[in-house]
Amino acid sequence: MHLILFFLFAGFCLAGAINLLLQTHPINSALSLIVVMTSLAVLYLLLGAEFLAIAQIIVYSGAVMVLFTFVVMLLNAGREERTLGSRAASRVGFPAVVVLFAVLATIVLHVQGLGAAHLGEGLSNAPGQSNLVLLSQVLFHELLLPFEVTSILILIAILGAVALAHVEGSKMGRSERTAEK
Amino acid sequence: MNFLQHDVPLSWYLLLSAILFSLGVVGFLIKRNLITVFMSIELMLNAVNLSFVTFAYQWHEVRGQIFVFFVMMVAAAEAAVGLAIIIAVFRARSTLAVDRIDLMKL
Repeated sequence: MHLILFFLFAGFCLAGAINLLLQTHPINSALSLIVVMTSLAVLYLLLGAEFLAIAQIIVYSGAVMVLFTFVVMLLNAGREERTLGSRAASRVGFPAVVVLFAVLATIVLHVQGLGAAHLGEGLSNAPGQSNLVLLSQVLFHELLLPFEVTSILILIAILGAVALAHVEGSKMGRSERTAEK
Repeated sequence: MNFLQHDVPLSWYLLLSAILFSLGVVGFLIKRNLITVFMSIELMLNAVNLSFVTFAYQWHEVRGQIFVFFVMMVAAAEAAVGLAIIIAVFRARSTLAVDRIDLMKL
């Protein structure tokens, strides 16, 4: 069962990622990224991370991707132009990616002591204890300060996003504004 | 059905994560649209999250999952700011093609 689910959703993941690269229209890429993220949520569930699976669906496939599709539609982003790209990207970039993947795969396959994943097994050794309990114990006791700092980060990000996307004096044109300075 | 009881080796999860990360790097290099380049970055972040979850499972260490939680937080903030920057760039240049955005001044 586990094997079937793994292959199914790993396949979805890879198909979505490859489709993201092949599509020329940004909205199609965004939709395939949603497929990737939702199948990753199922893989998290297989690895016993229920909370992260739900957070992945809500935060990533929900909030972040809605933001992406919203911007794609707002800017009316059309089909991308197929340029050949810079020479550095093709001559240095692709061999570098192949080397990167080879290095990553070698490291991954040589990690000692990796076991196998059993379905329905969480992080806790005690039976019946959800790993949400473990997670919140550590998060709200030991890591309370980083958690609160994250909320300040989010607040600053909201302010920054508003400040960046905000148009000052929309009645004036750009040339008038620069003339005033 | 012996097939149904099979367990999945954790190295397969790590291999999937490596493949997704490399695909994200390829996307970052070949895509010519600013928004799609940004999506490739998100893909790389997700790939790294998968390996965090895998290692957390292997060593029964809940901090791996908490790290993923923080990465999600920061990625959400990054997406909001990044997309605002993209809107500002589009307003200044009226284009999203990365080849055309090659000057720092307006």
